[in-house]
Amino acid sequence: MPLTLTEPVAQSTDTREYLWTLNFGPQHPATHTTLRLILKLDGERVVDAIPDIGYLHSGFEKIGEHLDYNQYVTVTDRMNYISPLANNIAWHHAVEKLYGIELTPRCKYIRTILAELARISDHLLCVGTAALDLGAFTAFLYAFNQREVLYDIFELICGARFTTSYTRLGGLMYDVDERFIQRVRAFIAGLPKTHSEISRLLDRNRIFVDRTKGIGVLTKEDAINWSCSGPVARASGVTRDLRKDEPYLAYADIDFKVCCATGGDVYNRYLVRMAELLESLKIVSQAIENLPAGPVNVDVGGRAVLPDKNQVYSTIEGLIQHFELVMWNRGCPAPQDECYAAIEGPNGELGFYLVGDGSNVAYRARCRPPSFIHFAVFPMLIRGQTVSDVVAVLGSLNIIAAELDR
Amino acid sequence: MKSIEETIKKLAGRFPGVPFSASWFRDNCRVHVPATIIAEVLSYLKHDCGFDFLADLTAVDYADYPDSRDRFAVIYCLTATETGDRFVVKVFVNDPDPVLPSAVPLWNGANWLEREVFDMFGIRFAGHPDLRRILMPDEFTAFPLRKDYPLRGRGERHNFPVLTRDEG
Repeated sequence: MPLTLTEPVAQSTDTREYLWTLNFGPQHPATHTTLRLILKLDGERVVDAIPDIGYLHSGFEKIGEHLDYNQYVTVTDRMNYISPLANNIAWHHAVEKLYGIELTPRCKYIRTILAELARISDHLLCVGTAALDLGAFTAFLYAFNQREVLYDIFELICGARFTTSYTRLGGLMYDVDERFIQRVRAFIAGLPKTHSEISRLLDRNRIFVDRTKGIGVLTKEDAINWSCSGPVARASGVTRDLRKDEPYLAYADIDFKVCCATGGDVYNRYLVRMAELLESLKIVSQAIENLPAGPVNVDVGGRAVLPDKNQVYSTIEGLIQHFELVMWNRGCPAPQDECYAAIEGPNGELGFYLVGDGSNVAYRARCRPPSFIHFAVFPMLIRGQTVSDVVAVLGSLNIIAAELDR
Repeated sequence: MKSIEETIKKLAGRFPGVPFSASWFRDNCRVHVPATIIAEVLSYLKHDCGFDFLADLTAVDYADYPDSRDRFAVIYCLTATETGDRFVVKVFVNDPDPVLPSAVPLWNGANWLEREVFDMFGIRFAGHPDLRRILMPDEFTAFPLRKDYPLRGRGERHNFPVLTRDEG
C-alpha cells in the first residue's frame, strides 16, 4: 500500500508545455555511481532538477546496530569507497571518544598520514574525473597513475587495496614497517610532478575554464545555511576546517594551511582541491619524518583493545583479553551515553553520532555523510545553467553514491 | 567550553521556567529541550548565540534502551562557524503521533536530513516543504530504523512491484 502523506508533495507550478523532461541516470557514465536526476529543460537551460536517490541504500546504519565496534569498520569501507581509510579513521575516532580511549602517539601519527593519503587519493580522483567528464582525458590518466601508487601503499599495510578496514578500537590492525616509510617517501617525491602536470593541463585551459568558471556558484551564506563543509564550503569562503578548529590525531603538531577560495564556483572547487593536495603532502611528509617509536596499540590494561598476536600466543593476559573480546557473548561494554565526533574527511565533515547502551554493539550508529548533504544543494546550483553544466557541477561536488545512500 | 556554559545560562534566561537539563559527555554538551518550544530554542540559538551551522540532524529510537522513558529523540548537532563550538540539542517525541516543527525555515540543510529521519523513523516535521521518503521507495510502508523493524526486513525485498518495459 502506498504511503499516504499528510501534506501533498510539492509539485512544480510550471505549466509551460514546451518544457522537456530529461531523465539523467541512474545509469549514466557521468554520475559515476547510481543516482538519478529528473531535469526539466527549456531548450538547453535547466529550469529545475529533482534528485531521486536511494538506489544504493543498503541499510548501513541498521547493520551498525548489529555489529560490534570492531566489526563495523568493514562496513565503513563501503561508504565512501574513494577514501575508505578516512572512513575507518572517522568511525574509530568516534568509538574511541565514546570509550574515552587516548591513542598512542605512534598510532596518532600513522592515522594522520593515512587520513591525508586518503584525502590525496580522493582529490586525485575528484579532479581527474571532473576533468574527464569535461572531455580532458589526459588529466584523468595522470591522476589515476598516482592513485595506483597509493593503492600499493594501502595493500602493503593491510593487504587490501580497496576495502582496507585498517583501524581497530584503540589502535591499528598492524604496525607499519620500514617499507611503508620508503614507499611514502617515494610517493611524496613523485606527486608534485603529477600535480604540476595536471595543473598545467587544466588551470589555464581555455575549454576547462570556460566550462567551470561562474558555473554552479554557491555563496558563503548558502554554504553555511545548507550545512556544506569541506572543499565545497571552503571554495565559497567558509574558513572551517576541523583539522584546525578542533585538532584531532596529530594535527596540532603539524604546520599546514587551510586552503580557501572565494568564488564558490566549479573552478574554485577545483583550485581548492588542487591546493589541498599539496597541503596534504606537506602534512604527510612532516608526519612521516617525525613518526614516533613505541607501541601502536593502547595497552592491554584498557580491556577494550585487541592484543597483538605475540601477546596472545605468549602471555596469559593477552590470551584472556583476546578471548574476552572475540567471543560473541563477551566483549568490552561501552559507556551508556552518546556522543558526536567528526573528522575532516576528504569530502567534508565526516561524523558519527554514537549511542552506547552498555554493550559492545552500538545502539545507534548514525553517519553524517557529506555527500548526502552536498547533493541536497545540487538543484539550487544547477537551476539556470545548461545541460552540459550538469556533469561539471556534479563532478565538483564529488558525490559518492555509496555514501549518499548508505 | 566557557562559551557553551554561557549559552546555557543565556538559554535559561531567555526561556524562564523551562527545565533544560544540560549534560556533558567527553567534549559534547547536550541539552534536552521540550518539544513544545524547540522551534523557538533553535531560532534563538541560531540568531542570538551564533550557532549558525546545522552539522547533523538525526533521530534515535529508544524503544529497547535501558531505563528509557521516551520513544524517540531527535538530535540537532549545532556548530558555531565563528568559534567552532558544538552544541547538541535533543528533543524527545513519542507515539502515537511523533511530530516536531520543521527546521527548514532556519536551515535549508535540514531539508534532506528531516526527510531521512521521516523515512527511517516515521517522525513527521510540520511545515516541511516536501516531506517524502528519500532513501526507501515510495511504496514502502515501514520505518526501517525503528527498533521493532527486523534486521532482515519483512520480505519487502521479494515483493517489490515489477514494472515491465511496456508499462514504464
